[in-house]
Amino acid sequence: MIWNETKECMSRDQIHNLQSARLKKMVNRVYHNVEFYRKKMQELGMEPGDINGLEDLQKLSFTTKNDLRENYPFGLFAVPQSEIVRVHASSGTTGKATVVGYTRRDIEIWQECVTRVLAMAGVGAQDKIQVAYGYGLFTGGLGLHYGAENLGATVIPMSTGSTQKLITMMQDFGVTAIACTPSYLLHIAEMLEEAGQINNINLKVAICGAEPWTENMRKEIETKLHLKAYDIYGLSEIMGPGVAADCECHAGLHVYEDHFIPEIINPDTLEPCKEGEVGELVFTTITKEGLPLIRYRTRDLTSINYEKCECGRTLARISRFKGRSDDMLIIRGVNIFPSQVEAALLELGETSPHYLMIVDRINNLDVLEVQVEVEERFFSDEIKQLEGLTKKIAHALQTALGLSVKVKLVEPRTIERSQGKAKRVIDRRKLI
Amino acid sequence: MLIKQLSVFIENRKGRLERVTETLCKHNINILSFSLADTSEYGLLRMIVSDPEFGKKVLKEEGFSAKLTDVIAVKIAQKPGTLHDVLKLLFEAELSVEYMYTLSTAGKNTSIIMKLSDLETALATLDKHGYQVCTASEAYENNDFVDK
Repeated sequence: MIWNETKECMSRDQIHNLQSARLKKMVNRVYHNVEFYRKKMQELGMEPGDINGLEDLQKLSFTTKNDLRENYPFGLFAVPQSEIVRVHASSGTTGKATVVGYTRRDIEIWQECVTRVLAMAGVGAQDKIQVAYGYGLFTGGLGLHYGAENLGATVIPMSTGSTQKLITMMQDFGVTAIACTPSYLLHIAEMLEEAGQINNINLKVAICGAEPWTENMRKEIETKLHLKAYDIYGLSEIMGPGVAADCECHAGLHVYEDHFIPEIINPDTLEPCKEGEVGELVFTTITKEGLPLIRYRTRDLTSINYEKCECGRTLARISRFKGRSDDMLIIRGVNIFPSQVEAALLELGETSPHYLMIVDRINNLDVLEVQVEVEERFFSDEIKQLEGLTKKIAHALQTALGLSVKVKLVEPRTIERSQGKAKRVIDRRKLI
Repeated sequence: MLIKQLSVFIENRKGRLERVTETLCKHNINILSFSLADTSEYGLLRMIVSDPEFGKKVLKEEGFSAKLTDVIAVKIAQKPGTLHDVLKLLFEAELSVEYMYTLSTAGKNTSIIMKLSDLETALATLDKHGYQVCTASEAYENNDFVDK
């Protein structure tokens, strides 16, 4: 069903006018409340009055993840801290996390967006939904949780952890919907198959996201589990899950344009792309109070379509993601930058800076192996010392990345050195 | 008397162990004894060779992680109870054995190569109880009487 028909089915003119009005107000607000934006606009010789609508958006500078890092932790917040009711955090490119903050109204808008996503996927108050995204600093768990509660569904806050427990409850409670990463859902399907229980479940809908997946994976999930699977997209900087999601037509993900203005740019020239052309997705938040972002570069590559959808919604649709314009990896829903691995290893000081990350999908679960060269200065003739080193590296990486890592010691000079940029990642997952 | 053991890190990959022996062979370095400790992903080859310093140099040139470690080689008679006696003495001196293997250059007796938690205390303990240890030349040269 369409949860908020007024907002999801406006004419393109209405969307344009609403975005223009909200953009104008937002720019005025950040100019007066956030030094970072004020300086950037002043550098361009601009005042809030120069932004009169959507057509002026491109006059504004881009914001990047690096800007968030340089203003860590709360430098870009646009309200006094007393108005912030929650913070979340995601991976930064180095040691420091990317921190985001929400006012009470931000949380309300977020839950409204997630409610729209769930309603669009056919979830309703009668459903019992297991939220199997991580709860905590990651936006996945709490984001889906609030949206599902707002919808009136019965929420089972599984978080991540024991798959066996999840399956037991799924069967005992007669769970009808699940929200988790697509690879984890395939893993659940495999466990159900092995136990001969695949037909003894009551799941009807799955809301999958937090990692890129393919149309083939969706078909596999739907065939194996006899349910309908939907794609949900989001990033903590903009809000969290629920920035965009797909409808029953599966013809792109509808962006909630009453809250976020999407743009597609060429990541090299930074010029806008034509409708349908693949480029980097850029978002401007127009209702966010806590952390408003102007032209934030998501680094996700996609294309946009403004045609009205067969489902009746007029909201612009972004295509399935084609990759990233940076080196970020998404492993089990966790964002990882190779630079984080490098920083953690250097901080440890006991290994060479030569490392190789190998990402693979084994039994539908992503695994990260980090190979580290054993240099003479920390090589030992005792196995227990080498095992201790392996554990120490694994622990340091796990702490830095928030993900368990398999560490493999390799002989010196076996990791390829290349001229210029070294090859640090081998991704064996077949996604496209 | 401490002797030098040459240790090499070997990944569990095809041909790596052979590459070590090839390198030593090419430089005319004799392997008197060795022990190979294996884990699922890598192995540690510990060797007593005719020229440890040179051995380390050539292996490093081949790209291996190689190092020299001090170990002791205790001479014991080839009869029941002798190994037990040595271990008992070391245990009573509160020493722990990191690893051990036999040395092939001991003639009709046996020598046990040992890495212990405290080598100096171990030497003193053994000496006090009349046990002899191999000198470097005894360890690195083949003293056996078997001709082949």
